[in-house]
Amino acid sequence: MNIIDFLLQHSPALIVAIPLLGAFLTPLISRINNKARNIFVILILGLTTSIVFLLANDVFAGNIHTYVFGSQDLALPIVRILFEVDAMSAFMAIIGSILALVAVIYSWAFIKENTGLDKFYTLILLTTAGMFGMVLTGDMFNLFVFLEITSIASCALIAFWTNKGKSVEAGFKYIVISSIGALFLLFAIALLYGQYNALNIATLANAIQFSFLDKIALVLLIAAFAMKAGIVPMHMWLPDAYSKAPASVTIVLVGATQASLYGVFRVCFTLYGNTINLSPASIGWIIVLLGLITMLLGVAMALIQSDFKRLIAFSAVAEIGFIFLGIGAGLTVLGNAEMMAAIGIPAMSGGVFHIMNDALDIGLLFLVAGAIYYATRETSLDKLGGLARNMKYTTVFFIIGLFAVSGIPPMNGFASKLLIYESTFQLNPILSIVAILSSIMLLAVFVKVFHSVFLGPSLPKFKEVKEVPKSMLIAMGIIASIIIVFGLFPELIINNIVEPAVSALVNYGDYIREVIPTFTGGI
Amino acid sequence: MIFNIPFIAVTALVLIGLYTVIFRRNLIKMVIGITIIQSGVNLFLITLGYRENSVAPIFTSLPPGTIVPEGMSFPVPQALTLTSIVIGVAVLALMLSLIIHIYRHYGTLDAREIGGNEE
Amino acid sequence: MSEMSKIVRTISSISFPLIIIYGLYIISHGHLTPGGGFQGGAVVASGCAMILVAYGSIWTIGKMKEKNLSLLESIGAICFILLAIFGLGFGAVFFNNFLVGSDFLFGTIPSAGSTIANINTGGVIPLMNFAVGIKVIAGLFAIVLVMAHASSTMEEKK
Repeated sequence: MNIIDFLLQHSPALIVAIPLLGAFLTPLISRINNKARNIFVILILGLTTSIVFLLANDVFAGNIHTYVFGSQDLALPIVRILFEVDAMSAFMAIIGSILALVAVIYSWAFIKENTGLDKFYTLILLTTAGMFGMVLTGDMFNLFVFLEITSIASCALIAFWTNKGKSVEAGFKYIVISSIGALFLLFAIALLYGQYNALNIATLANAIQFSFLDKIALVLLIAAFAMKAGIVPMHMWLPDAYSKAPASVTIVLVGATQASLYGVFRVCFTLYGNTINLSPASIGWIIVLLGLITMLLGVAMALIQSDFKRLIAFSAVAEIGFIFLGIGAGLTVLGNAEMMAAIGIPAMSGGVFHIMNDALDIGLLFLVAGAIYYATRETSLDKLGGLARNMKYTTVFFIIGLFAVSGIPPMNGFASKLLIYESTFQLNPILSIVAILSSIMLLAVFVKVFHSVFLGPSLPKFKEVKEVPKSMLIAMGIIASIIIVFGLFPELIINNIVEPAVSALVNYGDYIREVIPTFTGGI
Repeated sequence: MIFNIPFIAVTALVLIGLYTVIFRRNLIKMVIGITIIQSGVNLFLITLGYRENSVAPIFTSLPPGTIVPEGMSFPVPQALTLTSIVIGVAVLALMLSLIIHIYRHYGTLDAREIGGNEE
Repeated sequence: MSEMSKIVRTISSISFPLIIIYGLYIISHGHLTPGGGFQGGAVVASGCAMILVAYGSIWTIGKMKEKNLSLLESIGAICFILLAIFGLGFGAVFFNNFLVGSDFLFGTIPSAGSTIANINTGGVIPLMNFAVGIKVIAGLFAIVLVMAHASSTMEEKK
């Protein structure tokens, strides 16, 4: 068989193994030259991105790929670790690979004068490998192990600037909360294993009945993944960690946070999908309520900040609330067929599309903030001003990010937010009103930031500030062009990429039937 | 009743660990609290693999008269517990290194004085 | 940290090779008795930590620099992943056990039921145990060494 078929058949394993191999080869290659190491890391991530696109192309056409480690047959009962890639997993893998590639291109110039750079690139590749493992796996304990790999590697990256006390303290806060969340997850996995003697997600979903211990496990699972994703009231680590880390680390961290969000949806839709007749619709309403509180608190705290990066971090919290609102609205009407077609599918399409838009928009805003820090060594809004004359390209990128975050056409934020507004209005008008209100407040916050940083009279101490180096501009340009393309042709993206992901979440029967062919049920 | 003692111990360990993490101000005591929670969850994992009157799941030189495989305890929870212990060691090493850096900067280990001027 | 008295140093030097042999025994018999890569590696790392406490951190860092340990750790991890990828080439899937049944290195298949232990079995698993053992020794020793050195520089700054 030729090389494309070989790559396609073994792609779930290769997507995780190639960054892992590259991560451990980086200290050996960095003894030669610094430039050789940078080129090696970009090559590894480029190769992984192309394999991800190859796999996603096949999965979006309707086939679910499974991969058993160590043997060739899929005989029941499953005793080996299984990777199962359906359309939602491929969607998250695309987001992760784009964010990692942009981060490494940006770091070429941004982090050049620091020491210990071989460990920096090793940790970025380890975080990327852990994130891919988390979204591609079909086994609960494997999910826990990859979640821990991602959180340990990203904690060491957050505390990278060890000469500043604030970064180390942000890293410590992150690892304490992340470790407690992972221990809750392990407790829930032990509860499910003790009852059903299985660790595979498809086998568990086949055998699950909604007993008392299963209810405790569901609460612990949602709490653990929400703690890692930054939902209020467990969002304390997010502003510190996002603002005190280097800018290229923050964009990889955004990818890791979205992967934990994927964990919530995998548990609610696929693992507990067979119990929708037994459980009331209150799980969906709880998720909707959490999304509303997160939106309001994120925007309210963003209004009063005076530090540039901390403000963008709080608006990232608000955007995650939008995703929870959209997908939670779909979860409430999951059992009802005609309400599902009218309300549920558009709301979930908006929510899933907003995962990608949120990652791109917040990533672009953090890259712009990093560029300003690189040029002026200042992050406080009181001390910045009048930079539009010196840094023209950065100003244009910030305007694109501003329009995208607040949901103004023709950027991509408008398409996903319009879907969420329209569908939640039919569910309950109050939800839609709160969502529109937070979008308007986000616009107000960012217009204030734009005025105080870029417009205004030029300050004397910023006279020699030049434009940032080319590699940072190329990285920001890649994301900005993807944002504009998604905004101009949203129908193309929704029909080809978002619709298969939403139907993969809703029709959990296909996921289970890949492993257990005699499963009857599903929507 | 005697077979329920490990599960009662697990609940006690997790609650004591959560109390220590939330209500103590010294950073080292927070780390000790997380270690106590890890011990509780590891104990829970390994208690799940018990079968009454069973031997260790090793095929080398079994005592005579053992029924295979119903006379052996489950080996899968032992592997899960081992993985969890290894992850616990790595997280503990990372947290202690961060505490060394924090002490070098601020000179104190009190969680309320490190907070500084946020929000 | 400073070094300890002459009696402690002598006894540590005598018992250090015995600890290494015991740890290597646990690593290499991981497919027959309880043990394996992580457990044996932790035993050897405890022996190395005993040398660190007896001789002081300044002498130990002079003898064993931290970047050699980093190199050793990378070699251990690369061997593990390369063994998994070789399964892709020789057999059919990732992590395939391609040495079982062949007469190259560890290829005998034991008969079912309770048998006498034969170290020549197991396929690719003993090789993976060695790779993990080297990585764990280097990793745990590096953690203890760097922490001891950091606390000693903080003491002399005061």
